[in-house]
Amino acid sequence: MATDTTNTIEIAKLTREDFVSDQMVKWCPGCGDHAILSSFLKVLPELGVKKEDVVVVSGIGCSSRFPYYVKSYGFHGIHGRAAPLATGIKITNPKLNVWMITGDGDSLAIGGNHFIHVLRRNIDINIMLFNNRIYGLTKGQYSPTTPTGKITKTSPQGTFEHPFSVGELAIGAQGTFFARAVDTNPKMMQAVMTEAGKHKGTSLIEILQNCVIFYNKVHNDITSRETKEDNQLHLKHGEPMIFGKEMNKGIVFRGTKLEVVKIGENGITEKDILVHDEKQWETGIHVLLANMSPPEFPAALGVIRSVSDFTYETKMEEVIEAEKKTSPIKTMDDLLNSGKTWDI
Amino acid sequence: MTTKQQKVVELENVVVRFAGDSGDGMQLTGALFSDAAAIAGNDFATFPDYPSEIRAPQGTVSGVSGFQIHFGHKEIFTSGDLADVLVAMNPAPLKKNLIWVKEGGTIIVDTDTFTDKSLIKAGYEINPLDDKSLNDYNVIKAPISSLTKTSVEDMGLDNKIVMKSRNMFALGIMFFIFNRKLETADEYFEQKFAKNPLVVESNKKILRAGFNFAETIEALNSITYKVEPAALEKGKYRNITGNTATAWGLLAAAEKSGRKLFLGSYPITPATEILQELSKQKSLDAKVLQAEDEIAGIVSSIGASFAGAFAVTSTSGPGLSLKSEAIGLAVMTELPIVIVDVQRAGPSTGLPTKSEQSDLMQALYGRNGEAPAVVIAASSSSNCFYYAFEAAKIALEHMTPVILLTDGYLANGSEVFKIPKMASMPSINPPLAEANDPDYFPYKRDPEKLNRSWAVPGTPGLRHRIGGLEKENIYGNVSHDPENHQLMCELRAEKVNRVADYIKPLEVRGDDSGDLLIASWGGTYGVMIEAYKEMQEQGKKVSLAHFHNIHPLPRNTEEVFSRFKKIIVPELNLGQFVQHLRMNFQEFRFEQYNKIQGLPFMVKELVNKFNQILEEE
Repeated sequence: MATDTTNTIEIAKLTREDFVSDQMVKWCPGCGDHAILSSFLKVLPELGVKKEDVVVVSGIGCSSRFPYYVKSYGFHGIHGRAAPLATGIKITNPKLNVWMITGDGDSLAIGGNHFIHVLRRNIDINIMLFNNRIYGLTKGQYSPTTPTGKITKTSPQGTFEHPFSVGELAIGAQGTFFARAVDTNPKMMQAVMTEAGKHKGTSLIEILQNCVIFYNKVHNDITSRETKEDNQLHLKHGEPMIFGKEMNKGIVFRGTKLEVVKIGENGITEKDILVHDEKQWETGIHVLLANMSPPEFPAALGVIRSVSDFTYETKMEEVIEAEKKTSPIKTMDDLLNSGKTWDI
Repeated sequence: MTTKQQKVVELENVVVRFAGDSGDGMQLTGALFSDAAAIAGNDFATFPDYPSEIRAPQGTVSGVSGFQIHFGHKEIFTSGDLADVLVAMNPAPLKKNLIWVKEGGTIIVDTDTFTDKSLIKAGYEINPLDDKSLNDYNVIKAPISSLTKTSVEDMGLDNKIVMKSRNMFALGIMFFIFNRKLETADEYFEQKFAKNPLVVESNKKILRAGFNFAETIEALNSITYKVEPAALEKGKYRNITGNTATAWGLLAAAEKSGRKLFLGSYPITPATEILQELSKQKSLDAKVLQAEDEIAGIVSSIGASFAGAFAVTSTSGPGLSLKSEAIGLAVMTELPIVIVDVQRAGPSTGLPTKSEQSDLMQALYGRNGEAPAVVIAASSSSNCFYYAFEAAKIALEHMTPVILLTDGYLANGSEVFKIPKMASMPSINPPLAEANDPDYFPYKRDPEKLNRSWAVPGTPGLRHRIGGLEKENIYGNVSHDPENHQLMCELRAEKVNRVADYIKPLEVRGDDSGDLLIASWGGTYGVMIEAYKEMQEQGKKVSLAHFHNIHPLPRNTEEVFSRFKKIIVPELNLGQFVQHLRMNFQEFRFEQYNKIQGLPFMVKELVNKFNQILEEE
């Protein structure tokens, strides 16, 4: 194995080309996935990670074809199981930089159990959840994030299920990092991917992604040119939550709820507007922000929560090291001969 | 001090069963009695029999916990059919276990517990100590509870604590009858209760009270028994359960292969002890993930395998069902992984604490598509160590999932185990790809074994993608090409078939040819040997071929079968291995003998069946 002495020099040389795969990208023309891939390939060389240390893992679904399109170690798993796959990889070799690509069906339906537990364990992997609120690969059935009432192939009378809010679920599962981006804004995607890459612990990025075939313009109220300024709140740590075409709207906390106000109206000044604190341990405001949606609210984008806690795999390494120091059992022969034995 | 005429009778082998409420400490009593047998140099095998409820209602038949030990001067293969001695701590265990006592056997009961109330709870209408129902047995009526109390009444201990040590009074009786040294139990008390000298003292006293009681009442007409040391090979020995042996075999393989062990597993009876045991061995670099479910257990292991660990998942039948799809993923990605299935009685939740051999077909075929995996089966509690090691060696060297079948009996039973030296264990050489190898392709194969090589993330120059979609031969890109799919299916099957070139040939115990061949497999080994020996003693031309390699089968199987007039396949299911053999060897006629009661075979019933087959035209 190569030693790490040339690490920094080698990394400095990496470019997008180092990660472009030779496989033909087979997503539908106009699919949001193309833009996500393109942003990811820009971010990867900047992460300060050796190219052979990058591992891209996925489950099943349109998004999960992603590993084939990145030149790295890659594993296209089975439906819903990307999280335990990534978990096993990261625990085995904590030096690896593991990215998990998944969708609303893969992680919130069939893989829901693994999704909450990987977050709870805070394993240092990065999850990109492409949320298009529909099943694409199986051609148009509703998903756990499809809005109530939506007509799909399996809800011809409209769904009567309550959709998950990805952020609320993740934060409820003790997620330490939650960010949201839209597939129409590469700069924002790259910014949150970079932040996710830096975060120690499970980072979850919800990418609002458009399915051009089965749920076209699903996020239109948030992403369309006409409405995006009024319906997107770009969060920045330490800065007030101001948004809108005129940058004169803001978020305040009133009673037990968030509220949208206009600066300059009813005596509201910039000082009244909530200042974003992504590092706040208490989850309340982060959940409220994650749950905001048009028309009443703008959708919160950027890093909503980023708190620091120990990660599973580092704790495990620590425990193993401590055991190695104190345990009299250093080898298999020691173990076999431990406890009650007798000679014949 | 009075000296009594003591007659010591030598016995070849003895079966003892301790039975009480699940809180009566029968497992501990059994374990201490086993330790004494070990110190005396006997060979032995044990089996615990506990209810699936943790603490079922006290005094009821469903709450009875038992522990059986078979020890002897001769080689011991099973925990025994029927007991020579039953210790029943109250009426319910007597009610439940009487059918497991040999005619004329000895029964030790705590008479204090045979009250009207507890007799009703146990389902007795008449006190069995008063009617004639126990006339065929040698009943030792011991007021265990009251004598336990009396023996330590000067110590001022809480009555509840004292009553917890009733089992030690019973143990004392047994120590007297079998001429055991009291010191072996003393050692345990001193270690276990080091912080509480009073409890050490009271246990010692109660143990001795039981011992002296047996002597005083001339328990068995002044006869005591001695079982001479067994003629075991020279060496260092220990007692080991099947689950511990499995865990240690896996750890041994990790050390030999130089790959760190990763276990992803979810607790399930009767496999949980493997997860618990490996969790303890972190100083040997074992990384253990208690997963959120069975699926995460195996899938995390597949991830670990991809990342270069020796990956294992452990489970029982229902868990194996949940892991099916993921085993297919391991087949497709051709990654090494060992799946341990500690079989229990099914289907569905079935009888979780009872043993069966009914997961064989699931292990062989329970997956979508053509998904061949190697299947091997351990056959004794102690050889779980060696078969776990073999499973690992095959997985790691042939780049394939291997399913190791054990069962509840092997897992919870314990046996005398000769401690091996790691230096004498075979080497394990996984086919790791070399960094920057310009000729590396993900699905390029070793020409002999047909395995692909193992390129571990973090290695420069070997980046590649794998997954559940069909792969192009050699290059490993996703391929929907029809011819390629057929080729890959054939290659994966042939890779597994070729494992047969690396396993031991089928061994025949007894003559090379004869009238009847017993073709058995897995956990029934011990009882098959005893039945085979019995047949030999009756002068019958019977031999035994016990299978450990289920898929692929040993290369010489057909040749062995051809030398016998009749073949019988006894197994604890409705005939799964026999179907497997029929499919593979259509030229032979296979008789079958099946038992599916959650209970092991008994020597007697096997011998009867074998004789019946021999007599048939």
